[in-house]
Amino acid sequence: MNAEWRWDFAIEILPQMLLATLNTILAAGIGYAIAAIIGLLFLLGQRTPIKIINMINREIVEFIRSTPLLIQLFFVYFVLPQFGITLSAWVCGMITIGLHFGTYLSEVYRGALEGVPKTQWEACRALNFSTFYTYRKIVLPQAFPIAIPGMGNYLVGIFKDTPLLSTIGVAELFHAATAVGGYHYRYLEPYTIVGLIFLMLSIPAAIWIRKIEKNVNLSQGKIKKEQI
Amino acid sequence: MSYFAFLSEHGTTMLLGSVTTVKVLICATILYVIISIIFGLMRISKNPIIQGVATVYIEFFRGTSLLVQLFWFYYVLPFFGISLEAFTAGVVAIGMNFGAYGAEIVRGGILAVPKGQWEGAFALNFTPAKRMRKIIIPQIFPIILPPAANLTVELLKATALVALVTVVDLTFEAKQINAITWLSAQCFGTALLIYYIISRFFLVPFLRWLEVIAARKVGKEKI
Repeated sequence: MNAEWRWDFAIEILPQMLLATLNTILAAGIGYAIAAIIGLLFLLGQRTPIKIINMINREIVEFIRSTPLLIQLFFVYFVLPQFGITLSAWVCGMITIGLHFGTYLSEVYRGALEGVPKTQWEACRALNFSTFYTYRKIVLPQAFPIAIPGMGNYLVGIFKDTPLLSTIGVAELFHAATAVGGYHYRYLEPYTIVGLIFLMLSIPAAIWIRKIEKNVNLSQGKIKKEQI
Repeated sequence: MSYFAFLSEHGTTMLLGSVTTVKVLICATILYVIISIIFGLMRISKNPIIQGVATVYIEFFRGTSLLVQLFWFYYVLPFFGISLEAFTAGVVAIGMNFGAYGAEIVRGGILAVPKGQWEGAFALNFTPAKRMRKIIIPQIFPIILPPAANLTVELLKATALVALVTVVDLTFEAKQINAITWLSAQCFGTALLIYYIISRFFLVPFLRWLEVIAARKVGKEKI
């Protein structure tokens, strides 16, 4: 084994890695969409006036949040077949990521809703707006900018957790790198390329999210143009 | 096979694995706290080179996945002649990754201390060391401890990844037992429960206790 970086090998495996990157992006996108929806369900559980549902909801969220995603993946992937439900690795991975990050996103939503001043609700009540109208026209437009940084962070978070999917055999970027590395018995280039691809995707994503945050704040009149 | 029979047969193995998990947790926490303080201070330095180094470090470790870093430390470093033991590689990778997140928390904490406090200490002619020790640092703790506590719980969950570089921790044992017995529900369910218990009944109460002490130190009672 020698430590020198071999460009020819790196270039040879690059197309394969870039192709697998598409899978990683796809996994992150689907996982995020599911997480966003599941987050709403947890939020509903949290805000229903029935005490017992609140309690159960909180315990479930607490449990999912304090156990590792890796074991949850194994659990879903290996345990469901015992009960006769056989799902592909992709489906298992997406469900688990959706559940895991759904709990985080529900907290983001909750924080955003609580960030809307109480007087806004009272004013709507005084103006005799319906609950639906209050949410749609008054509360959600104000809650959205508060939620954006958190939601953006978890998008990047999900993206960075997709390599875990390789442990149950989802053919994403990291899986491809391990396969290539094992085939040629050279791990230096594949793993380094994976790291670089992650950097090249997640740093622009972070900058882009900051930009959206600014634009939304601007459209809400929270900050003025001169402040940027 | 009933669950109790499963526990009596494999319970000790899993507990031994948990001990390794806790060891990784403690070592990585110590490392990440040290790194956070160093890089958090470097990040607010006026010297552009020091600040640049810290920014590159933080962006690099926050921009790539922990699993990739872990594999890089374990499988790629030997190419450069640095062979780390699996345990060391795991602790170093987790510590350096979370140190990058922690550095941002430390930076935010220092900047959140009101400017008047700095000026007040300056006006009273405190030496820089005394100003930091008596005025600034006690006020930083209540600000940074809640986010740092969240990060530490995240770190506990991240320790599961070291199983993938062959550290024999709880996750590794669960995988082994699963491979032998195919009792997936029992072994992964138990592993999930143990992680939950460690976090809910040991780690989180301990971190809350630290928060209460820090709040009391600056005269803010916290329930």
